[in-house]
Amino acid sequence: MVDKLLEFVQQLLNGLSQGSIYALIALGYTMVFGVLRFINFAHGDVFMLGAFAGFYIGPKTLALFGTGPSYPGMFAVLVVAMVLCAIIGIVIEKLCYRPLRDRPKLTVLITAIGVSLFLENAGQLVFGANPQSFPELITDRALEIPESWGAISGLTITVSQVLVFGITLLLLFVLRYVVMKTKLGMAMRALSFNPVAASLMGINNDVIISFTFGLGSALAGAAGILISIQQPSIDPLMGVNAGLKAFVAAVLGGIGNLPGAALGGILIGLIEALVVGYISPNYRDAIVFGVLILILIVKPTGLLGTSEREKV
Amino acid sequence: MIERSKILLLSALLVCAGLSHVAGGISPYYFDILIGIGINIILAVSLNLVNGYTGQFSLGHAGFMAVGAYASSWLTLKYGSSIGSGTLSTTTVFVLALLGGGLGAALSGLLVGVPSLRLKGDYLAIVTLGFNEIIKGVIQNAEPLGAQRGLGGMELHTNFFWTFAFAAITIYVVLNLVGSTYGRGFLAVRDDEIAAEAMGINTTKYKVLAFVLAAFFAGIAGGLYAHFKQFIHPEGFNFLRSVDIVVMVILGGMGNTAGVVVAATLLTILPELLRKVAHYEWLPDWLQQVAENRMILYSLLLIILMLTRPQGLFGNFTGKRNQRLQ
Amino acid sequence: MSAPLLQLDNVTVQFGGLKAVGDLSFTIGEGELIGLIGPNGAGKTTVFNLITGVYEPTAGQISFAGKSVVGHRPYKITARGIARTFQNIRLFPSLSVFDNVRTACNMHLRHGISHALARGPKFAAEEREIDAKVMELLEIFGLTAERDAACKSLPYGDQRRLEIVRALATRPKLLLLDEPAAGMNPTEKAELMKLIRFTQEKFGCAVLLVEHDMKVVMGICQRINVLDYGRKIAEGTPAEIRANPKVIAAYLGKEEE
Repeated sequence: MVDKLLEFVQQLLNGLSQGSIYALIALGYTMVFGVLRFINFAHGDVFMLGAFAGFYIGPKTLALFGTGPSYPGMFAVLVVAMVLCAIIGIVIEKLCYRPLRDRPKLTVLITAIGVSLFLENAGQLVFGANPQSFPELITDRALEIPESWGAISGLTITVSQVLVFGITLLLLFVLRYVVMKTKLGMAMRALSFNPVAASLMGINNDVIISFTFGLGSALAGAAGILISIQQPSIDPLMGVNAGLKAFVAAVLGGIGNLPGAALGGILIGLIEALVVGYISPNYRDAIVFGVLILILIVKPTGLLGTSEREKV
Repeated sequence: MIERSKILLLSALLVCAGLSHVAGGISPYYFDILIGIGINIILAVSLNLVNGYTGQFSLGHAGFMAVGAYASSWLTLKYGSSIGSGTLSTTTVFVLALLGGGLGAALSGLLVGVPSLRLKGDYLAIVTLGFNEIIKGVIQNAEPLGAQRGLGGMELHTNFFWTFAFAAITIYVVLNLVGSTYGRGFLAVRDDEIAAEAMGINTTKYKVLAFVLAAFFAGIAGGLYAHFKQFIHPEGFNFLRSVDIVVMVILGGMGNTAGVVVAATLLTILPELLRKVAHYEWLPDWLQQVAENRMILYSLLLIILMLTRPQGLFGNFTGKRNQRLQ
Repeated sequence: MSAPLLQLDNVTVQFGGLKAVGDLSFTIGEGELIGLIGPNGAGKTTVFNLITGVYEPTAGQISFAGKSVVGHRPYKITARGIARTFQNIRLFPSLSVFDNVRTACNMHLRHGISHALARGPKFAAEEREIDAKVMELLEIFGLTAERDAACKSLPYGDQRRLEIVRALATRPKLLLLDEPAAGMNPTEKAELMKLIRFTQEKFGCAVLLVEHDMKVVMGICQRINVLDYGRKIAEGTPAEIRANPKVIAAYLGKEEE
């Protein structure tokens, strides 16, 4: 009985760190949806680029902080990857989405699919199609849990799991501060509430949209580094699945809603871990999409979302 | 007096039958491309009913194709040998299996169509993509269908006649439907759902109908594909296959059947041309690699098309004239 | 007096905390021409959306020809005999003038999809019948010359007229017109008034008219309901409404206080 319970908790712990990654990516979907009312299909691929940014700059950056893996080195890589991804996100929006701002949504959606496919395939050309092994930024090991803690000592918790979860929490708090307390964040919320009124109030919508893309992409970049610390095998198509899952997470939480995206991400991570642990790994993807379809039928606005009424 | 469209269909079928004798003589490589063109025309023209005429956005057409491919293969594998020698000819069994595959796909189209009703644009795209993944996932786990190993052993039944006969039928159905007063409902749904409802049009019915019909023909295309390649694999019906078909529809111009037929033909030939180009040694390495990877070019094509000519190469159906075939 | 064609009983609709329409009751008799007026944001279009099933009332009852329409999908309500136009013209932009009207005949088709595909003689006969009907309507409203034009290319006044034609093609017993005179010049408005009266007589349908232009409303309506903040503040003949102090206050702002 205790064994079964322990195994269950172990699955949840595994799900939690995977869910943190989904949460970080889902935030980008939800923020962009908030200001532009469209799903940035290419967002998952920005996450992939974050991982590859870490792959290329990792060894050199680490070398600046001494030899071998180190925490300061890891943080430096994280920050650089976030900045690079932010720039990529802003450039994508400027080149591909901005010229289409007033066009039908379908046009923008198709463009986004195009951008996504382009990044994946250009990635295969530039980075190579085969999986690469990610440089070791920190020395990962299982934490030792004292025997005196009883049954809990039977759990396996790794440094990377703690790190992923901790950094995600930190980023969530930073994001919350930025969105709720800073001028840019306030402008972002105003824009998502009513773009016309926002621009009449002197908000430069273009700047805010760029800022939103930058912020979301930076979080995706961070997720790219964090996943690679945990599962150090990266490839140019890694963003497809992660991106779709994160999108499902954003919808589950209520698209356009920031806490919803974080919650949805964690939930999807947990669901996935339980499916893998108790049903079959083969059904992991199918069940996540099943969840998506179920939410859309039962409660299309998601767990925390609110509905919008079409004006007639 | 027989309608012009019916005469056209009959003559198209006759031409197919006539050409079928000639087509046997061409080299297997070109025959392969030819059949590929026919199958892609069925897929793209049927998807155009959903994405073009009805204004929905499905990204899961390959899923329906998979259902048709597997269902028809299962039927011919199971009943082909036992009945084929007896009362029914093998061709009859094949055609019945194709129709069975189409019906299976139509049924799955109904399953997808109903929950998709409330959704629009982006959401619909992702949900249909999700259904595509779910269908793939189910096949991957189904032992009787070969699971991850794929399914083989089907006999070669698909020939020039059946491929292009079904292509002609698909075009006939889509054009005649959207040309009739009944079919104007599809266009009304695309243009303005609220106004369509206010004009007494059951938008739900039309959306589901579009999904079901498109899925039916995708299923037929899947059956033709399975009995041509004689081996099918779940990965052959993934999201990228769906994107292939979407690109054909967009390039041809959403809601423009003639344009879509041309685009389907061009985009079937293009990868073959590119494969040739990839072997030109005087080209720089990276260009050879780009030529080898058609998705890079497809994706750029999509982006550039949307930025410069969102109506597709051949333009949208604009409804300037009273589009009636008689 | 016979039973009313349309009857609203204490209809209320609430969006979040906002009561867009509150306790509204009125009736329309067969063949009547009734006006619905009120200042901007009074809830007139919301009333249309309630009657046609776009919104569902939070409370109250709406019945048409003696039967409730609450909870029915808009297309079913149209099939029962209520047609409408839209304040912000909603023609089918990619269809021609002719096809916009033809689409509205869809509802009355006797033959379905199998006939559209088989294209037999029955199908051909019915399509010819519809063609003739559409052309007849276009002719009555003077749009024959534009039959193949893209509806977007029509002048504004013609687009509004086309919307009325399209609504009439569904053969309604009640026609709801949402600000048909908006954006028209005085000559066009005079034309429109004639047209509405003509429609009412020729097609024998009742009309509910939402309109800002007082000349139009007062000129043709038999009775007028006045809304303010979602509530009915007055009802009566044009002469009574013109003299009603509440109405004047609602439009001009209160003088005392």
